[in-house]
Amino acid sequence: MRGPVRLRRTLPRVPDRLAGLGGVLIALVVLAAVFAPLLAPYPADELKPAEALLPPDGAHWFGTDQVGRDILTRVLYGGRTSLAVAAAVLAASAAVGVTLGVVAGYAGGWLRDVILRVTDVFLAFPALLLSLALAVVLQPSVSTAVVAIAVTWWPWYTRLAASVAASVATRPYVDAARCLGVPAPMIVLRHVLPNSLTPVLVQISLDAGGVILTAAALSYLGLGAQEPTAEWGLMVQQGQSLFTTNWWVVTFPGLAILVTAFAFNMLGEGLRNALDPRRAVR
Amino acid sequence: MPRYLARRLGQALLVVAGVVVLTFAVMRLVPGDPAVAFAGPKATPEQLAQARARFGLDEPVPVQFLAYVRDLFTGDWGVSLRTRQPVRDDLYQAFPASLELVGAALVLAVAAGVPLGVLAARFRTRLPDLGVRVGSMLAVSVPVFWLALTLQLVFAGNLGWFPVAGEYDASLDTTSPLTLWTNITIVDALITGNWPIFTSTLRHLVLPALVVAAYPAGVIAQMTRAALIEEAGQDHARMERALGFGETAVLTRFALRPALNPVLSLIALVFAYSIVNGFLVEAVFNWPGLGRYAAESIRSLDTPAIAGVTLLVALVYVVANLVVDVLQGFVDPRARRR
Repeated sequence: MRGPVRLRRTLPRVPDRLAGLGGVLIALVVLAAVFAPLLAPYPADELKPAEALLPPDGAHWFGTDQVGRDILTRVLYGGRTSLAVAAAVLAASAAVGVTLGVVAGYAGGWLRDVILRVTDVFLAFPALLLSLALAVVLQPSVSTAVVAIAVTWWPWYTRLAASVAASVATRPYVDAARCLGVPAPMIVLRHVLPNSLTPVLVQISLDAGGVILTAAALSYLGLGAQEPTAEWGLMVQQGQSLFTTNWWVVTFPGLAILVTAFAFNMLGEGLRNALDPRRAVR
Repeated sequence: MPRYLARRLGQALLVVAGVVVLTFAVMRLVPGDPAVAFAGPKATPEQLAQARARFGLDEPVPVQFLAYVRDLFTGDWGVSLRTRQPVRDDLYQAFPASLELVGAALVLAVAAGVPLGVLAARFRTRLPDLGVRVGSMLAVSVPVFWLALTLQLVFAGNLGWFPVAGEYDASLDTTSPLTLWTNITIVDALITGNWPIFTSTLRHLVLPALVVAAYPAGVIAQMTRAALIEEAGQDHARMERALGFGETAVLTRFALRPALNPVLSLIALVFAYSIVNGFLVEAVFNWPGLGRYAAESIRSLDTPAIAGVTLLVALVYVVANLVVDVLQGFVDPRARRR
């Protein structure tokens, strides 16, 4: 039951404070990653075997790892890896997924059915599982992880874009364009695509946390980033045998993953609520 | 309803067909020759050719695919290159342990997620709501392998409250051997009245199940909260308030049941996801399930085994989705039209 329509409803709502917190955290993570070379207290990959496994103190806030690398430095550089992976995966899967989705949604009919059935098949594999299988097949590396995750991620965008585009395709301005004789590809490009993008953008911010978690899990299993790349999942894996005696080697990279994924999830939820007031269950 | 069932079943079969094609394609992409992996590095050309013929690798790809499909239907899922046992037998050994872990985790997740969702909806925008929202968001954002390592260190290593790893105390196999019925240890121990193994399994289950439960508990709490708040804005809720029911009664006595409908379908979605998430947890707690089997197969490039795990999990996912859709079509006729 909705009340009478008020003007306020038609204006975008300001995301709530938790979403704001997510936004601030993301800004911090991005800044830390971009300015890692300036912020890091030590050069990247500087090995000092004499200073191996030092507990956190004033000189090494997060301690050092088994070959004497400063963990704070590596956590800062690891942010670059994670954010780059997330950006690459989301850009690739959104590009492929939205293209197919908009076509499916606008064309309808058998083309839509075929495209959506194909996405069903890909969606039957949980993302991590298909990524695992693919990462085994290809040589493990950061770019392999990107490809493997993107292959499992694009169908979500196809489904989303297809449903949005199908509703956009029934709008009067699309009918008008069709009556004027505008060719279908032009209608899709000029009218359907731009008007279908907002929910996709919200979905991208919601997904970033999941991509970062999946990439970290692949690296943890040895199927993603390889030594000496600074990557949070890989750092946890390398530290786990020393964890019982050196708590800091696993704790800080793991917290970095947690904080980053949390920030993206919070912001994504806030954006979704702002966009769709009916879902804004605050 | 019969038409809906038939259509939904047809869709599921199409997906299964696609899954088989995709699994075969991934298998074919594996670098290295599975025949070499099977026959060993010192094999003579004759032995290699023999191994190749044994796996049908000397046939054209379409023929291989048809043979693969035929074997799947006759229950032959290939032979593991590592354990040298039929993959089906290996999966039959490993899958029940994964089911046990994920089943326990989902019970925990529902037991925690639903009441927390109700609490958040009841005290919306106030402190309990804030706590549940932040807590559930943390639960879905935490890397499982890290949570597993941390809980293991703190509660098993430092505090010693729970065992560090394994499914149950291995010494119990000699003192009170378990009769297998379902292959799910905790169920078998319960129905055969094997209390030492039952309690030992329960104690071993706590930590890994808690870790696997984090994600589903988070999404279930979020979904329950959202569905309840939507339900509490419906006309019937207004009516109930007018009749003098308090806010708690409106939520728990009237809004909760319809609100649990989307939560139910969420559980099926989260089930397959949790099995794969469980892979990472099994690795940390040395749980003898699919995850450990998959990890060992990956390490030794055991293609038939990897394909078997992939196929099994995808099938579980398809079946879980089908069951939920049919149940929902049964409960809610509107769902049949989608």
